[in-house]
Amino acid sequence: MKAVSLPVAYIPLVDAAPLIVAQELGFAEAEGLSLDLVAAPSWSSVRDMLAFGRVDAAHLPSPVPVAMALGIGGVTTAISAVSVLSANGNVIGISRALESALAASGYAFDFADAGAAGAALARVAGPSLVIGVPFPFSMHVELLHVWRSATPLADIGFEIRTIPPPLMAQALAAGEIDAFCVGEPWGSVSVERGSGALLLPGCAIWSFAPEKVLATRTDWAETEPHLLGRLMRAVWRAGRWLSHPESRTAAAELLSRRRWLGVPSEILDRALSGHLTISPKGDVREVPGFVEFHRGAATFPWRSQARWIAEQLAGRAGLDKADAMTRAAAVFRSDLYRNALQGTGAEMPGASDKLEGSLSHRTAVASASGRLILERDRFFDGRIFDPFAD
Amino acid sequence: MWAIAGLARCVQPQHSGAMTAPLTIVVVEEDRDRAIAIVDALKDSGDYDVHVIGNVTGLSRRIAAFMPDVVLIDIDNPTRDMLEELTLATGPLERPVAMFVSGAAGGLARAAIEAGVSAYVVDGLQPERLKPVMDTAIARFQMIRQMRTELIETRRALEERKVIDRAKGLLMKAKGIGEDDAYALLRKAAMDQGRRVAEVAEALVTAAGLLR
Repeated sequence: MKAVSLPVAYIPLVDAAPLIVAQELGFAEAEGLSLDLVAAPSWSSVRDMLAFGRVDAAHLPSPVPVAMALGIGGVTTAISAVSVLSANGNVIGISRALESALAASGYAFDFADAGAAGAALARVAGPSLVIGVPFPFSMHVELLHVWRSATPLADIGFEIRTIPPPLMAQALAAGEIDAFCVGEPWGSVSVERGSGALLLPGCAIWSFAPEKVLATRTDWAETEPHLLGRLMRAVWRAGRWLSHPESRTAAAELLSRRRWLGVPSEILDRALSGHLTISPKGDVREVPGFVEFHRGAATFPWRSQARWIAEQLAGRAGLDKADAMTRAAAVFRSDLYRNALQGTGAEMPGASDKLEGSLSHRTAVASASGRLILERDRFFDGRIFDPFAD
Repeated sequence: MWAIAGLARCVQPQHSGAMTAPLTIVVVEEDRDRAIAIVDALKDSGDYDVHVIGNVTGLSRRIAAFMPDVVLIDIDNPTRDMLEELTLATGPLERPVAMFVSGAAGGLARAAIEAGVSAYVVDGLQPERLKPVMDTAIARFQMIRQMRTELIETRRALEERKVIDRAKGLLMKAKGIGEDDAYALLRKAAMDQGRRVAEVAEALVTAAGLLR
């Protein structure tokens, strides 16, 4: 059988791994697919390629399809997030000047306590902070707002500015930004170049944040259900493979190739292993669950995740929150996920919404198999998002 | 690839009834020659107020200062994401900016993407005023893109020729054969393996380097 070629846009990042692995290790081929992976230079171009039909599927930050459904941002084509590609995986980095000031103030760089890090940073930051993010619609932005809202950072100026990740280290070194929130490998790259230090992993703010999604045009999902199912199964199996500890070295080697990320495998291994070098001096911190591709139903597109994102976006854009949440919930397609992945061994939760932030430890929950264990999904300030609260 | 970002603007008091006011266009392009080529093409095609931004530091703020109707930017330039801030309700332009997608504009937007262009437009800018800008930009971007592709192909051909020459040299020395025979050997190996001559040559040169 000749494989069907399917164009898929992505940005070369560690969390594009499920797509790259699906193609390179034969998971796509086993479904009769050949993924034509198109590397894009920016999220806006990934989004446009998907919206205008240059590709049929894409790697996108989870807030992008939600923002599109709410009419925020440039493009409003109906997009479906059919699965989550990864949870977590971002880092917050700071300039060398702030690193020195924090060290002088006695801060211990535990790389874990977001409340303490926010308080310490607010003390040394001066009147305001300029923070770089890759895209205005991204989990990076949402994590920064959560972090700021519950720490003394709320009392200082806080400007979030879009900087392409490959230029983040340079912007930090040039003093254009004081800090950044970015996906790997770009945080580790800036440490490696000596232009910054890492302050927190994203999961210290929200321990199970839906980071990237597998997105398709909603009309394509309707007209090509079989092709979509094959794509989803191939990508889900790739995520499962990535979650095996013994896959890690091979994954880092594969992603490091020039065809994919073109970054030394040693640097990629930091994110994959959760063994991060946080300063140019070589200080190392362990972060269990730094990035998740599979465990705890990481790939399940919870409607409540979309509602949470919508509430955040609507709040800042001045839109009606209840209406925004309803529209967003229709974008995260737990229905398509259930259809495509039944029979693969994927754990199917009993519900499609959950209380976001309610699990302070791993918890068994109702599921089709009775074996689903969700990972900790706590926010650092203990907030709980109830998707159906009034 | 290129992006055309058209910043469609809401009806603004200072522009009401001012159908004759030239459109303000900002071109974001670091390469000076390319920027000039685009500006010239636009100026030849109509009465536009065209500005070039060559340095992307503080991009969205600098664009906002011009209050443009249309912004043109290369999609291959990763700094394009900086422009997305313009589309936010609280963004630097303080007015709605949307991608140029609906109605008759949809076809143009698709043509733009195919030429490597995409478009942001503000509600209220008449499609008939935007169309000539888009047409000119698309044509110009296609030309630049084609030139760039040709340049890349020429460079690659040159590189391949060098590698093939080195591989031929290695074979001639190792086997004491002439240049034509060496090439025939490479071509046969390529055909047998279903690969390109340049790939076989590269493999040979790499292997020879390792064995040295």
